[in-house]
Amino acid sequence: MLTAALRKELLLQWRSRAQFMAVFVFGAAALLLFSFAVGPVAEMLRQFSAGFLWLGLLLSSTLTLAESFHAEMENRAMEGLLLLPSNPRALYYGKAVANWLQLILLGIALIPVMVVLYDAGTTRIPLLILVIALGTAGLSAPGTLYAAMTAQVRSKQTLLPLLLFPLIVPALLASVKATSLIILGDPMDQVRSWIVLLASFDAIYWSLCGLLFGKVVEE
Amino acid sequence: MNDNNRFPRLPWIILAIGVVLLAVGSYIGLFVAPPEMLMGQVQRIMYVHVPTAWNALLALTFAFVCAVIFLFRSDWKWDARMEAAIEVGVVLGFLLCCQGSIWAKPTWGVWWDWDPRLTTTAVLVFAFLGILALRKFVEDPVRRAIWSAVATIIASVDVPIVYYSVRWWNSLHQLQSSPSTVSRQFWLPLRVNAFGILFLMTAFIMLRARVASMRLKHELAPPPALGGTV
Repeated sequence: MLTAALRKELLLQWRSRAQFMAVFVFGAAALLLFSFAVGPVAEMLRQFSAGFLWLGLLLSSTLTLAESFHAEMENRAMEGLLLLPSNPRALYYGKAVANWLQLILLGIALIPVMVVLYDAGTTRIPLLILVIALGTAGLSAPGTLYAAMTAQVRSKQTLLPLLLFPLIVPALLASVKATSLIILGDPMDQVRSWIVLLASFDAIYWSLCGLLFGKVVEE
Repeated sequence: MNDNNRFPRLPWIILAIGVVLLAVGSYIGLFVAPPEMLMGQVQRIMYVHVPTAWNALLALTFAFVCAVIFLFRSDWKWDARMEAAIEVGVVLGFLLCCQGSIWAKPTWGVWWDWDPRLTTTAVLVFAFLGILALRKFVEDPVRRAIWSAVATIIASVDVPIVYYSVRWWNSLHQLQSSPSTVSRQFWLPLRVNAFGILFLMTAFIMLRARVASMRLKHELAPPPALGGTV
């Protein structure tokens, strides 16, 4: 059931890939705006490049997540899915994994933007991708749960960030720290402990949100 | 339990006890206890700051318990108590940050710092504030109750993190106080105030839960023309 849900989600996302481009452009524009806000001091931009990358990714993620239940809200598709003889958790994990993959893709796409705008290159690309994967996992799990909730109410564009942002602060902090160490240098090998912290938050949120999803969508 | 036309005597008695305890504790803390060796008079804020902290975390833990019970039992009583506990917890949390800032400016030189204790506390207050906002945005009472219960459970993950943050990480904030770390002249007003604020918190939660129950009854009632009462 999980693979079926995941396949459905990936197919839906593939069919709306134009929207992904729009979100990517939004993220890149956000990174551009950050550099304008801070000013053209190259050293300072490089110092904060990790923070800018993750803020840009976070803001873009609210767009992606808010739209992720769009298809289920039409023609009461959600009810149809819930009537299937399987655990609604499979639905949640399928959606959450699909969102996660989309966010990883977005993060990877924003790396060259960051490198160019902030002179923030690094040779440790696999490690950077690992941090992006773990950080976006921390965004995706609670984000998908709250997207399911807010898709059904009026002011979903306002409510989703309002609910999500406080919760993902630990994941954001750990991701920014880890990314910053990768870009700026890590003489004391602290990246490891930040990655462990990130992984534990991911474990907590992915299990907790999965457990609670059934309650959120039941009629 | 909630015969809502009857005057709620018990909460008001608890409130009165709380006010008395807080007054006594604060008097001892401000005028009887000696100034601290290193910090001087500034240290006296501890007599409200620490009890507020304990009770804020207690209120939010109670909110978590109410949320879990509500999801299992589907009894509206627990939804009302959860709403009350969240509101009281948020108010106490906000007061906590204010009191802390008042102490921090003379001591650390800044109003705010981004150390683990303060950061996680700010996150906690914002998370629960978001839940209160969620409750305002959702019109269907059943959904509102279930969703805010779910959101409360998720947000409560931060409560133990706030408490243990000073132990787990190298924080600017002090470690937890206990009778073994604080002298007896300080401990007495601290304990009295702690019970004072505990009683106040309990009374506020009881009264606010009562209001929430009444509002819900009003919301769920059929219109007067069809036989419901106003």
